[in-house]
Amino acid sequence: MTAPAQTDLVTVVIDGKEIAVPKGTNIIEAASRLGIEIPHYCYHPKLSVVGNCRMCLVEMGMPMIDRGSGKPILDDHGGQKIGWMPRPAIACATAAVPGMQIRTTTELVKQCREGVMEFLLVNHPLDCPICDQAGECRLQEFATDYGRGYSRFIEEKNVKPKRTRLGPRVMLDDERCILCSRCIRFCQEVPKDDVLGFVDRGSYSTLTCYPGKQLENNYSLNTVDICPVGALTSTDFRFKMRVWFLKQTPSIDTESSVGANTFVWAREGKIYRITPRRNDAVNDTWMADSGRELYQQVEAEDRLNACHASGKPVPAPEALQAAVALLKEGKTAIVGSARASLEEQFLLKKVARAAGGAPVHLVAHTGEGDGLLVSADRTPNLRGALLTGLIDTLPPASLEALGAAIDAGEVQTLVVVREDLLAAGLTEAQLERVRIIHLDTHRRPGLERAAVVLAGLTVFEKAGSFVNQQFRVQKFQKAVPGPGGAAEDLFLLATLAAELGGESMPSTPASVWQAMAAEIAAFRGMTFAGIPDDGVVVEAGRLAELPFVEGESLHYKPAAEAAGV
Amino acid sequence: MPVQETRLIFKHIDAAGYTNDLDCYLRHGGYEILRKAVQQKPEELCEEVMKSGVRGRGGAGFPCGMKWKFLDRKSGKPIYLICNADESEPGTFKDRQIIHKDPHQLIEGILISCYAIQAKTAFIYIRGEFPEGARILERAIEEARSKNLCGDNILGSGYSVEIFVHRGAGAYICGEETGLIESLEGKRPYPRIKPPFFPAVLGLYQCPTAVNNVETLCHVKHVIDMGGEEYAKIGTPGNSGTRILCVSGHVQKPGYYEFACGDLTLGQLIHDVCGGLRPGRSLKAVIPGGSSAKILRAGERYTGKLKDGSSFDWGLEDIPMDFDSLMAVGSMAGSGGVIVMDDSTDMVEALANINAFYAHESCGQCTPCREGSLWMKKITTRMSHGQARQEDVDLLGNVADQIAGRTICAFGEACSWPTQSFVLKFRDEFLNKARAQAGAASTNGNGAVPLI
Repeated sequence: MTAPAQTDLVTVVIDGKEIAVPKGTNIIEAASRLGIEIPHYCYHPKLSVVGNCRMCLVEMGMPMIDRGSGKPILDDHGGQKIGWMPRPAIACATAAVPGMQIRTTTELVKQCREGVMEFLLVNHPLDCPICDQAGECRLQEFATDYGRGYSRFIEEKNVKPKRTRLGPRVMLDDERCILCSRCIRFCQEVPKDDVLGFVDRGSYSTLTCYPGKQLENNYSLNTVDICPVGALTSTDFRFKMRVWFLKQTPSIDTESSVGANTFVWAREGKIYRITPRRNDAVNDTWMADSGRELYQQVEAEDRLNACHASGKPVPAPEALQAAVALLKEGKTAIVGSARASLEEQFLLKKVARAAGGAPVHLVAHTGEGDGLLVSADRTPNLRGALLTGLIDTLPPASLEALGAAIDAGEVQTLVVVREDLLAAGLTEAQLERVRIIHLDTHRRPGLERAAVVLAGLTVFEKAGSFVNQQFRVQKFQKAVPGPGGAAEDLFLLATLAAELGGESMPSTPASVWQAMAAEIAAFRGMTFAGIPDDGVVVEAGRLAELPFVEGESLHYKPAAEAAGV
Repeated sequence: MPVQETRLIFKHIDAAGYTNDLDCYLRHGGYEILRKAVQQKPEELCEEVMKSGVRGRGGAGFPCGMKWKFLDRKSGKPIYLICNADESEPGTFKDRQIIHKDPHQLIEGILISCYAIQAKTAFIYIRGEFPEGARILERAIEEARSKNLCGDNILGSGYSVEIFVHRGAGAYICGEETGLIESLEGKRPYPRIKPPFFPAVLGLYQCPTAVNNVETLCHVKHVIDMGGEEYAKIGTPGNSGTRILCVSGHVQKPGYYEFACGDLTLGQLIHDVCGGLRPGRSLKAVIPGGSSAKILRAGERYTGKLKDGSSFDWGLEDIPMDFDSLMAVGSMAGSGGVIVMDDSTDMVEALANINAFYAHESCGQCTPCREGSLWMKKITTRMSHGQARQEDVDLLGNVADQIAGRTICAFGEACSWPTQSFVLKFRDEFLNKARAQAGAASTNGNGAVPLI
């Protein structure tokens, strides 16, 4: 880990409290460090500042200086006199400068907030009972905290389009829109897909999509996240669940090696949505739409709900016994996975060693990177496989070497973790020649051929950690329980290793981390509980110089020339 | 004794035989001042403009010399000059006269100003409703180019400058300088936040930019002609030069008149210059600087102190028509649009009319102005349609108070000042209206007829 760069600090006084912040920090951020909330709608820490909502108006003053002499003007108590600006200033566009004074609790500020709240509500439909945003709506929250609490508006409200499909995943209700322009700026500045804009003017201004285009880029749902009101809603989540019933669990997006931080929102064992979790070093406050759909795998049609042995569903211990019996016959090879967690990879390595030093094969999964939060490496944990020593070189695109070994009769039993062997380049004939122990979460082509099927858990049903493209260890927690017939992957692997090797194996993330910290230099001194919410970058040594396939992404620059790109 | 007009800008306008082509302009000594100016150092010209004290004629009355001084010359970025010809303030019609009848005066003013601030490119942003004006300017620029008055190496001075005419699409907000710049860049004319986007530093294409009104740029020509100090002798200290007043409303001879600043009072303007009110009518109110200026009510007394320390005690008709005096009485000289109302005027309807304009023209970017302007319009429209309530009077005032001073641009003040001043000064009339309507409602027993 490297120390944060030294920056110039400036001291400002907010409501009488001093705070030192880096030069250029705006007053909303400076105040939040003091625990002072300055309400805002249009300001978003990761977007440009436009200052249009006027909710963050505060009083601002500067130490007075005599223009003639350049000397400070002092007040009666000998302190420097503060020249308060006659007009309120927007905190979002006001950068901290030395000596600046801010007041957020005065009568003027109170009136400003009441005024803006009233204005925002006069043409708002107030349809909270049927609005998805209710419960996480800034309009509701600030109306309660800073509004007057009653309405003086007796005129007819403006009428605007209520149900506009902006794209496949986003629905727009223009009457609820407060015209903060966050969604427009997001589309311009992050995915660089400038399709949203306002038409008409004044109070009749209407958010709309460019004629003939759609909001269909892979980041479109971020507009729903940043919409402070219920104007933009997700077509997937819409009308499904009240947000106050949902429990948030921190997790990681597994669709690529970026490892965007997420929250999984669930109630009573069912996941309703996935949203990004802020991590300024990885995904800022964004995530791809594709990663949000991954929760659907939990209840997918092809989900493995039970372990199998000889084609029949059996309890996990029975399946494990069958697997151990096969493994004891020797001539084992292993197909590992960069989709497995760090802890699972560590235990799989133990299985390989206990099975007489079985060779471990891994296959690469690549796609096109989008330069943002979906990278070319479509597995979440390739770096983990390298760090745990499961593999020591970058994986090839197919299992050709394993195929050759099977053809040469060197392999009798194959342990497969989360891999489609046919898609990875093995032939039907090759599969006929081996007995397969397959650990997976979903049915795959050819799975019926497996001698033993071990049903594991998806990322949402267990805890663990991944190492992303920056060699940042990030953990995920269990959001929902898995299917009754499935077992913890760690338990399955630990049992295999223990039964084969004759020594006991750790089978929880915390205990596996104890073993990893003892054995692996990069993890020395670390514990599972000690991994911070935003992850921790570990020393990768020579591994960092491998020619990984990823190009640049939001917060990642490749160290070495990528292979074949 | 009737006051004499001092025609500086309008010297030739409406003169018999004066046409808007280059030949005519040259016959009347045109472009001689430009010829003289390009021989001088640019800094000297800026110094003359500073000394002249000429204030912006667009509305805010900011000294032109200061505006130019603030231009960021250290950045090394090109400097742009924009001529704001988006004359949109209701009650104002002076720039159109200049553009239509003496376009070369404006172009000479622009060329001199460009040379003074060393701008290589100038834009004339003309409002969409002036198609003829745009055509005239295009032609005038071509004429000037043909005589090497504009374009490369003008008059052999080694200095090159291009002028482009850009037509707006018909939005009041494009008269706000940063809104204008956005529009010129091809975007929605959403005014920019200041700080950081002061045009003098981060203007057009994020380069230092001077935005001046048509009349102001014409004044620059005369400043350079006469010399700053000489020019400053016209008018009163702090209010130098002449002022074009556009008088509309209930007077016998509405029109445009040019006077030395402070030379005449509002009473003289109405009674001597404009021929007085219609027969049998008495003065009720005057909006002295375009529809956004605060209204002045007949019969009011204004007392206080001027900048120079002298105290004043004026009735409405005693107010001198200059920047500082109008500010001292709580209104502004604005864009020079004087709107006169006699006792036949229904103030509620007059305000409803003004509010309808501002609600229609609010750009919609920031909350208070966007929502407040339409709300005020809805209230005043309802009041003038027979459904006024007593509490509407205070409500109107309070809504306006929630806008002014809290918006991105000066439109917030522009749309709230009329309501604030009407409600304050004609409170009785607003209340009476509500009372009368409540009475009418009770007699027919069914309440007022609802609006469609």
